[in-house]
Amino acid sequence: MKIKKISKNVWEIPRENEMNAPVRVFASEKLLKAIKQDDCIKQGINVSTLPGIYGKSIMMPDAHQGYGFPIGGVAAFDVENGCISPGGVGFDINCGVRLLASDLDITKIKLKINELMEELFNNIPCGVGKDSKLKLSDEDFEKVLNTGLKWALEKGYAIQDDLDRCEENGHMQTADASKVSPRARKRGRNQLGTLGAGNHFVDVMYVDEIYDKEVAEVFGITKKNQVVVLIHSGSRGLGHQVCSDYLKKMEDEFPDIIKNLPDRNLTYSPTKSKLSKDYLSAMSAAANYGWCNRQLIAYHSRLVFNKLFGDDGSLNTIYDVAHNIVKIEEYKIDGEMKKVYVHRKGATRAFGPGHKEIPEVYRNVGQPIIIPGSMGTASYVLVGTDKAMNETFSSTPHGAGRIMSRHEASNTFNEEGVRKNLTEKNIYLKSASKAGIIQEAPEVYKDIDEVIKVTDEVGIGKKVAKLIPVGVING
Amino acid sequence: MKYKYLSHTADAKFIAFGKNIDEVFENSALAMFNILGETKKVKSNKKFKININAKNYERLLYDFLEELLFLLETESLFLSKIKNLKIGKDLSLSCIVEGDDIQNYELKGDIKAVTYSDMVIKKTDKGYEATVVVDI
Repeated sequence: MKIKKISKNVWEIPRENEMNAPVRVFASEKLLKAIKQDDCIKQGINVSTLPGIYGKSIMMPDAHQGYGFPIGGVAAFDVENGCISPGGVGFDINCGVRLLASDLDITKIKLKINELMEELFNNIPCGVGKDSKLKLSDEDFEKVLNTGLKWALEKGYAIQDDLDRCEENGHMQTADASKVSPRARKRGRNQLGTLGAGNHFVDVMYVDEIYDKEVAEVFGITKKNQVVVLIHSGSRGLGHQVCSDYLKKMEDEFPDIIKNLPDRNLTYSPTKSKLSKDYLSAMSAAANYGWCNRQLIAYHSRLVFNKLFGDDGSLNTIYDVAHNIVKIEEYKIDGEMKKVYVHRKGATRAFGPGHKEIPEVYRNVGQPIIIPGSMGTASYVLVGTDKAMNETFSSTPHGAGRIMSRHEASNTFNEEGVRKNLTEKNIYLKSASKAGIIQEAPEVYKDIDEVIKVTDEVGIGKKVAKLIPVGVING
Repeated sequence: MKYKYLSHTADAKFIAFGKNIDEVFENSALAMFNILGETKKVKSNKKFKININAKNYERLLYDFLEELLFLLETESLFLSKIKNLKIGKDLSLSCIVEGDDIQNYELKGDIKAVTYSDMVIKKTDKGYEATVVVDI
């Protein structure tokens, strides 16, 4: 496989053989070396063989091996003659992040950090098999799927401002709960408002550095040392089952497609088929569930903050954005505006200034982008750019990106070592399991600072602020 | 050896072995649940019957593992053992699975989904083997 350097931080694997487009990788030399360690470039090439792909099969600086599509992969397909692939969204539909800001200064939090983290841990169900405290009626569950955050608003779990500052306003209109199977419903029924396990987390952080004061202020990041809360979770078992159901439906309906694919998990349905429409309806319902899930976690975080800090502890949503999703968006391709299905598998939407889908309050500056690091490192807030519109179908990285498997991490690190490392950095850690601590050790991820540097240099997102953790809840 | 884990950056990948196809399916299930914790140490307090069928072995394996995942999430089942697993010529699978409530154990991982990625079931000199990637 030939990897050609196009310019600083930009690499390409030219189109050949079965490929319908070249593969473009955005990475520094250091990150490219990490990316080459596993099979993710091969997976990026596999994506380029799918029908109706526009431009390039894109890989982000945080890319690593996934299942079918690489994680950190972006691909756009023609709405008429392209394809929709559940694997290009992933099992955790609308896995994403929500950032909330308080007016508190970090010095106020530090005195009560133990109490704060214990309270958050006790009020947010996390870990494998931990059910929600919420018992939903059939009618409510249907509304969660069909209307997303509108349901949360109606029930008092959200305020209008949360909807205004959320991708799709937390409500994908293409959702149709009747396309979600009874199995998926059963898996999701008792999990709304739960964090889950693995790499899902709630972080209490502070603003360490502001790079763009003007944009930061528009986002509600007003000063250094300001306390913020970052939530990472998705659509839980419901989303996983929706993906699984539709992979199988597509296999049944299009057996010849799956037979000829380099990886069975790439299976897809042609965009114009009824099955594609059904999948989009079900995926949108799962996405609505995902937004309600993060909303409930935010709601419980708010109660804890208000209890401990009174009105000063109010948490305002900065933004909530998905990083596993497929959307219809419009781009200028070969001089013509075209609608495409953009698959983002571990990539964040990054609309530049003026885009009509950005909340009105942010429209002049661009969409907020939230990129979490690992539990021991910084996370970043960036802003969307016009460059991303042209280069990456308005997409940017979604995290640091793993570099070491969980299995290898278990053989390399121990709980005491990771705890000591975090304690030395003054980070208070609560985890649902010992294994979670070891498998999410900061060293299993690529260097987040390097990922952000490349993103900023390439211009597919511009740095706004740097956040440092003081408390971590690991799922 | 019943199974071994292979390197995968984000997820878990394993290869399960068996002298016949029934045994490969049983060992695949054990490999999947051992991501969560040692199945050997799990008590047999709950019992479920599984009856499924599919058009090919890969799909049957996918459905079988997914059924176990469904029992994990909806019945809180931590698998301890599988009894009387039989796969018929018509690709129907039946078995009894035993286990305990997952809340009674300290876990070392999670499983989000079974995937089709790199899934291969093949005949070897010694019997059969199956490669599976699960999203964790």
